[in-house]
Amino acid sequence: MALLEIAGASKRFSAKTAVDEVSLSVERGAFFALLGPSGCGKTTLLRMIAGFERPDSGRVVIDGADVTGLPPYARPVNMMFQSYALFPHMDVAANIAFGLRQERMDRRHIAARVEEMLALVQMEDYARRRPHELSGGQRQRVALARALARMPKLLLLDEPLAALDRKLRAATRLELIRIQERVGITFLVVTHDQEEALSMATCVGIMDRGRLMQTGAPAEIYERPASRFVAGFVGEVNLFEGELTAGFNCLALAVTGLHEPIPLPSGTGLPEGTAAALAVRPEKLVLSHAPLVGFAIAATVSSIGYLGGGSIIHLATPQGWVLKAYLPGTAAGSLGRGTPVWATWPPQEGVVLTQ
Amino acid sequence: MTGLGRIGRLMLIGVPFVWLTLFFLLPLLIVVKISLAESSIGIPPYTPLFATDGGGLKLHATLANFALIAGDDLYLRAYLGSLGNAALTTAFCLVIGYPVAHAIARSQGARRQLLLFLVVLPFWTSFLIRVYAWIAILEPNGLLNQSLMALGLIAAPLPLLNNQFSVQLGLVYSYLPFMILPLYGSLSGLDQSLVEAAADLGARPLRIFLGVILPLTLPGIAAGSLLVLIPAIGEFVIPDLLGGPDTLMIGKVLWDEFFNNRDWPVAAAVAVVLVAALAIPVLAAQRFLEREHAA
Repeated sequence: MALLEIAGASKRFSAKTAVDEVSLSVERGAFFALLGPSGCGKTTLLRMIAGFERPDSGRVVIDGADVTGLPPYARPVNMMFQSYALFPHMDVAANIAFGLRQERMDRRHIAARVEEMLALVQMEDYARRRPHELSGGQRQRVALARALARMPKLLLLDEPLAALDRKLRAATRLELIRIQERVGITFLVVTHDQEEALSMATCVGIMDRGRLMQTGAPAEIYERPASRFVAGFVGEVNLFEGELTAGFNCLALAVTGLHEPIPLPSGTGLPEGTAAALAVRPEKLVLSHAPLVGFAIAATVSSIGYLGGGSIIHLATPQGWVLKAYLPGTAAGSLGRGTPVWATWPPQEGVVLTQ
Repeated sequence: MTGLGRIGRLMLIGVPFVWLTLFFLLPLLIVVKISLAESSIGIPPYTPLFATDGGGLKLHATLANFALIAGDDLYLRAYLGSLGNAALTTAFCLVIGYPVAHAIARSQGARRQLLLFLVVLPFWTSFLIRVYAWIAILEPNGLLNQSLMALGLIAAPLPLLNNQFSVQLGLVYSYLPFMILPLYGSLSGLDQSLVEAAADLGARPLRIFLGVILPLTLPGIAAGSLLVLIPAIGEFVIPDLLGGPDTLMIGKVLWDEFFNNRDWPVAAAVAVVLVAALAIPVLAAQRFLEREHAA
């Protein structure tokens, strides 16, 4: 049985629906990332699980127990706040001990657990410091230790890396994964950073305007997006809007401005005449200096962005479209601004979207 | 600051410095001077501090006034009475003001503005008139007694005026806004996520209040308490108008010395002792606030 089960949860704030009929289940031991643009309702959903917001309808069930009506202090859940929310009048050890003291644990056990948590986040030498004497990264570790000290069934992390600089963020990401594996607690992370979500999580949920659009493993979300929104929000994408039509040997997409329809992957199961979009990731695009046999789009290179591990190429087509292609390594070396190219891709690499 | 230049910086520090010297330090020194003189009949009604005595300048100071204050236990009782009343007022204001300030800090937008406005509203009317209004309410045949009798709750008027009760009521009523406003400032500046974090970590509302909200609003409590305690100690109008014959407060003694006895030196000595007695708690509180601020 899933550890966290949300059934049809909705929340309105005056005129705005923040969370709209969201149903979600998170498996025990998962590292679940809730990803979405700011204002999509992901933080409201997180606050519902923590108990800071009461859903207008729907239920929140944690480990088989309905907690919908329970106050935050009675839930087997702890949260790491985006601002960390460390108590400024207490030192690091007292911050970590705060939750344990509410459980009327005896002093020796509390001290032992605090030691254990400090070791877990490698902050043993800072037990007597006040939060304002710590760097951002250190505060983040203390906040994590404090939230983990009570050994919650579910740890909620609200934008855990947003306040850190880029270099520290990458290291902390690995650190979070290490700690999650060590303690075995289910993590639910809210983030607007897709790279963060895809690299840390075992399962990702995409939210948009209060609705949960898609859940799945990171690779599944990226390779098989279920909607135009998910395809566009997670990673870069080339989208072709058109209508399904019969092509040569297969179903194809008739797009205004293209002489021949774009061949589609087999097995879409959709009837001809359906309005649909084809999503193609930049790294699936193959560029060629000479015209190719079969389907290809003529374009000229408008810009080349070198990223270190590869280059992102922007192509301008006569139809006025901008296509994005990603070439690994130094493959873009033979291209310059204005170089005419033909772009194509294997049909099975495209994803047909109707939503 | 570097763009200001040396003269600019001197001006910046100098203006308030001159102001305080002229209007605070100088008058205080004059009061100290008077407290060291002897009472005499004339204008001004005290002896000069420096007298020309056969060509030489001679200092003519006496500590007799302070000796008088120390010798007569009326003054000590008046000081203690003031201190007790003011401390009680501070406690009442804190207990009443804290929930009010908390409610205002938690309210939103227009509602918060309205509540703050209501706190400040009494200042739009003269303090004296508001205290007189209390007389009309508390009199034996005043508003409150008549209402209670009309409702049949009491048979005879309650003694509500010219006693300890009415003085305390008047003090709390008058000084409550001075407690609410700094508390409101402290509470509205409190990071709400700290309260949520405490709840998230299993703390029930009372534990959240005692463990997080209260310690973090101590600066506001200290500021509000000082703003109530200090003026309440020296308060004259309220004990004079609402107090009875047994109300002994130092502000009233001071007034009597100045205007009824016309003994300026003794009155000045009372004032000097009062200032000295107040300066100590103020400085102590200031140090505490600075330490909190640094932390």
